[in-house]
Amino acid sequence: MFQIDIHKQFAAGDFRLDVSFHSKAQRLVLLGPSGAGKSLTLKAIAGLLQPDTGRIALAGQVLYDQARQLNLSPQQRQLGYLFQDYALFPHLNVRQNIGFALRRGPANPGKQQELPQVQHWLARFELQPCAGLYPHQLSGGQKQRVALARALAGAPRALLLDEPFAALDAGLRHSLREELLQLQIQTQLPMLLITHDATDAAVLGQAVIELSEGQVRSATGTNCSPGA
Amino acid sequence: MDWRAIELSLWVAGIATLLNLLFGGSLAYLLARRDFAGKSLLEALLTLPMVLPPTVVGYYLLVLLGRHSAIGSALESWFGIRLIFTIEGAIIAATVVTFPLVLKPARAAFEAVDPQLLQAGKVLGLSNFAVFCRISLPLAWRGILAGLMLAFARAMGEFGATLMLAGSIPGKTQTLSIAIYEAVQAGDQHSANRLVLVTSGLCIALLLLAQWLTRRRSVASRS
Repeated sequence: MFQIDIHKQFAAGDFRLDVSFHSKAQRLVLLGPSGAGKSLTLKAIAGLLQPDTGRIALAGQVLYDQARQLNLSPQQRQLGYLFQDYALFPHLNVRQNIGFALRRGPANPGKQQELPQVQHWLARFELQPCAGLYPHQLSGGQKQRVALARALAGAPRALLLDEPFAALDAGLRHSLREELLQLQIQTQLPMLLITHDATDAAVLGQAVIELSEGQVRSATGTNCSPGA
Repeated sequence: MDWRAIELSLWVAGIATLLNLLFGGSLAYLLARRDFAGKSLLEALLTLPMVLPPTVVGYYLLVLLGRHSAIGSALESWFGIRLIFTIEGAIIAATVVTFPLVLKPARAAFEAVDPQLLQAGKVLGLSNFAVFCRISLPLAWRGILAGLMLAFARAMGEFGATLMLAGSIPGKTQTLSIAIYEAVQAGDQHSANRLVLVTSGLCIALLLLAQWLTRRRSVASRS
């Protein structure tokens, strides 16, 4: 499912990212303290950061292979990405945010436009009452649901989540963790989640990769091994 | 009342503002999003028209675009365009003088757009062009518009550089502020008063509009 081999030397400071692992898990968690290189790894997988060398394959598709000079653009990778602070578009309402990927041209979907997939995800996440609201009018939990719906509406091959619960309080974190677990079981979408919270890893991870200082420290769970 | 001078001023300011939307807007985007060698020098050069006296800018333009210069003679022999003592010259002068007024706020507006939103757009499968049209532009346009309004107001009052390049030909290149100067010189208090009031009214209206737009922008981007 996940074949990750990323090497990158950062010019600023002497940080070096060497993250290699293989796993057949459907739900993979990258666990580590801040500064361990989790976000950089996720960005490299999404195509937002180019490694110096390595190979990235996910859900049966090679996204990056330095040896073959292959580097798909973020657009071509067709991944869902949940940003840590959700990165909802502040000038668009909930309906437009969710429908964002469904319109490819230079114009955003209309404020009232009711696309079928948008209706589906609004209903799935019980967001119908906020369909016309703007991101700054939403609670933290609602923002997260909108961001998830937006990522899923584009029918991605896999879902990448950057500290999805960090911005939420403890009670909400617990219920949204369950919700995410159910969602993955229901959709069977491969999911890679990064977190500094061991509870997230315990609840959600079929496999857990521990990172620190840009290196893989341990790999546990379903058919999981550190790479070469 | 000298309506022709008002018409000329509106025309010159309008075209200059459009040109600045095109050039100032795209350069602002480039400066906000790209790093390249000589960026600081380019920025300093582009800001120069704001700090140099307009007569100095006018003089540079005269030397650069005059009939004996390389650019001036090429323009005249290839396209039949003359920039000295023409309305086109007045437009060039107003464009150059007001250029930094568009560049600065437009650049700030583009820089204020969270880069993560642009990344989100790309991951969602949108082309760079669509990301620009659907994220950068809608989030930055109020800042750009505020700059354009300022530039328009400033272009309406342009005097020094315009006089150097386009002169003061009544009905042809004599814009509002030059007409005021000529009226005062000729002792025509009556005309001067009226032209001054019209200019002030137009500029106040534009400033209020610019202020209103900037305020609405800060409310919209609050989250």
